Amino acid sequence: MDLNTLWFVLIAVLFIGYFVLDGFDLGVGILLPFLGKNDTERRMIINAIGPHWDGNEVWLITAGGAMFAAFPLWYATLFSGFYLALFLLLLGLIIRGVGLEFRSKDENPLWRRFWDWAICVGSFIPAFLWGVALANFVRGVPINAMKYFVGGFADLLNLYALLGGLVSLFGFTLHGAVFLTLKTGDPILTRARKMAQKVWWPTTALTVAFAVATYVFTDIYQRLGVNPGPVPIGAILSLLVAGWFIYQKQDGWGFAMTTLTIILAVSTIFITLYPRVLVSSLDPNFSLTIYNSASGITTLRIMTMVALLLVPFVLVYQGWSYWVFRRRITGRQEELHY
Amino acid sequence: MDNQALLLSQWQFAVTSVYHFFFVPLTLGLSVLVALMETIYVRTGNDLYLRMTKFWGKLFVINFAMGVVTGIVQEFQFGMNWSEYARYVGDVFGAPLAIEALLAFFIESTFLGVWIFGWDRLSKGMHALAMWLVALASNLSAFWILVANSFMQAPVGYAEQGNRLILQDFVALLTNRYVWGQFPHTVFSGFTTAAFFVLGISAYHLLRKRHEEVFRRSFQIATVFGIFSIFMVILIGHTQAQRMVEFQPMKIAAAEALLQTENPASFSLLSLVDQASMREIISIRIPRVLSLLAYNRLEGEVKGVLDLQQEYQARFGPGYYVPDITVTYWSFRLMVGSGFLMFFLAAYALWRVMRREVTQSRFKFLNIYPLALFLPYVANISGWLLTEMGRQPWVVYGKLRTADAVSPNLSGGMVLTTLIGFTLIYGLLMLADIYLLAKYAKAGPEPKAADRTLEEQVYWE
Repeated sequence: MDLNTLWFVLIAVLFIGYFVLDGFDLGVGILLPFLGKNDTERRMIINAIGPHWDGNEVWLITAGGAMFAAFPLWYATLFSGFYLALFLLLLGLIIRGVGLEFRSKDENPLWRRFWDWAICVGSFIPAFLWGVALANFVRGVPINAMKYFVGGFADLLNLYALLGGLVSLFGFTLHGAVFLTLKTGDPILTRARKMAQKVWWPTTALTVAFAVATYVFTDIYQRLGVNPGPVPIGAILSLLVAGWFIYQKQDGWGFAMTTLTIILAVSTIFITLYPRVLVSSLDPNFSLTIYNSASGITTLRIMTMVALLLVPFVLVYQGWSYWVFRRRITGRQEELHY
Repeated sequence: MDNQALLLSQWQFAVTSVYHFFFVPLTLGLSVLVALMETIYVRTGNDLYLRMTKFWGKLFVINFAMGVVTGIVQEFQFGMNWSEYARYVGDVFGAPLAIEALLAFFIESTFLGVWIFGWDRLSKGMHALAMWLVALASNLSAFWILVANSFMQAPVGYAEQGNRLILQDFVALLTNRYVWGQFPHTVFSGFTTAAFFVLGISAYHLLRKRHEEVFRRSFQIATVFGIFSIFMVILIGHTQAQRMVEFQPMKIAAAEALLQTENPASFSLLSLVDQASMREIISIRIPRVLSLLAYNRLEGEVKGVLDLQQEYQARFGPGYYVPDITVTYWSFRLMVGSGFLMFFLAAYALWRVMRREVTQSRFKFLNIYPLALFLPYVANISGWLLTEMGRQPWVVYGKLRTADAVSPNLSGGMVLTTLIGFTLIYGLLMLADIYLLAKYAKAGPEPKAADRTLEEQVYWE
């Protein structure tokens, strides 16, 4: 495996990490006004993700930094091309983050109500936009011979991408609901489980529809054939199994399965892309690849050493923080720091 | 390329960067102070220090959240608005950003979460350690982002390949002499910011004779921390000015409104320059002092704006290479002026503290300190204006012009939309942030252990 491929894999891993971890934060944020009937209940929900959301978001910041360092042309073309979409994403992440931090720091019910909705909307927007973005990665966007994005915002809002947006929106909401079944006590626990059962159906229907649409709108058929292989099939299967566990009230297994679904679904996107990073809808030769958009060998070598040295530590201490806060939030005053 | 998109992108970068840097310096310094206070609590078991830790820690957390969410905007903008810049220097510039995230942001965010939520889950020592890790990681992140910025100021360790720069020597990037001025200068400015934050709020309460025990002690700690930090800021700032003469002579010439080359060079007391016609309207200068600042000697040549413009045209081709003299000149003076004012205020506070006079009745001029809370913010912002505006028209000094760095696909309308969007939401958040900071700062610390209610008691254990 050359360093370009290694960095493609690493960036895929960073995005997978982000979607698995911040995915449930976003889902929890979306569900906040609907699952929490009073102030204490809403605080339970927020405190379930309280210690983790910021660390989870760093996976995205690192993915962005890694794209910048390893594939500057990918970073430059993608970020300038998706300008308004990223602006909306940033607004969402800003009001979500500030909302979580500020919401419970004032007693005024109006203040709290305002931030509850800021958290909800600020989670909704990224949850939807991520699907739109990933779908456009594989569907292709207008990129010319000079590797410049020559489209507009409207090019990103095609039917296939919007369907992708719905998949991620429902998928993260499901993932968040299942996360709450693990991290909270009643009455949130029961309500979250019911919600997961309810959300599972549209999530599954949309995911299957999206999989079919992928055969229509992308070149996945040429690349993978009728049988796309174990990873995409595994993504669908794990989602089906997740539904079964959710209905059996096997919450831990349910969460493991939604996690697996996200890992395999995002992997599918990256497998479909490889070795391209951004597909050109104008001419296949214009696509950005891990070779024509990469940094020089010196940068890739240094970044490889740094990553191999640091990533294991990150996994250990972030894992440890989940262990420290493994207890369910049951609503006692001393657990509620947010 | 769209000229409006360029101008608006510059405004957007200025607005979002200045806004982001309202929060960052306080994080750098207050994390260290809170970690210090908690460590004293762990070692002595004295409840006073626990109350201090909790009080300042709460303000720290409110401030920190704003730094986090505005920081992502900074990272994304390099690609969103400045894609030509990202293409040109990504090979060099991306690496420190990625390392910053991987090395610093993960530690910072994870352990701050542990600190906020971990009061009843960790041993006291582990809990204090979490804040030390936050402090360490924050200041590490400052190093990596300044490695990146120093490359823009004084590019090193690269080779030109086609129409982009390629990293050649990573060690040269890290040993860039520019960063070893900029990094300690920024970190100690952050420490100074935290010191004056603590001094200001403590003085506010001491003047009202509230929670005197907590705030007298806070005032004392911040005084010692502050005098050391501001001393270092000034000392390193002096070295930086000397390097500016060497690395970016145009910046120091503009900051001194020095039009003609002088030897020995004079220091400006008050200058007004009409930049369009390059005429001095007012010029009051002290002979030899600029040479003294630049070289530690009473003679030495400092080049003037007009001569540098000619020199640069010969070197880089036709163009206008002079930054906005008014902005550069006044931001330099604001920075240095508020820096020295802080030095005198910290020295005066130290004198009072050493005479054990930190009570309202015996501390003359204590009422200055709540107002002085603004000084570090003025200095921080004007310092960055000098650094970034003084580098214009370059984005990477001598290599890439700002006008050539903007994303080619952006229209003025797109950038105007986001500029208005960011400005509105940032304005709203600033109001909420100041409201919360003021509310918790005024409320003061929680009651003493003996006076806490049973419910609070549970919380505190």
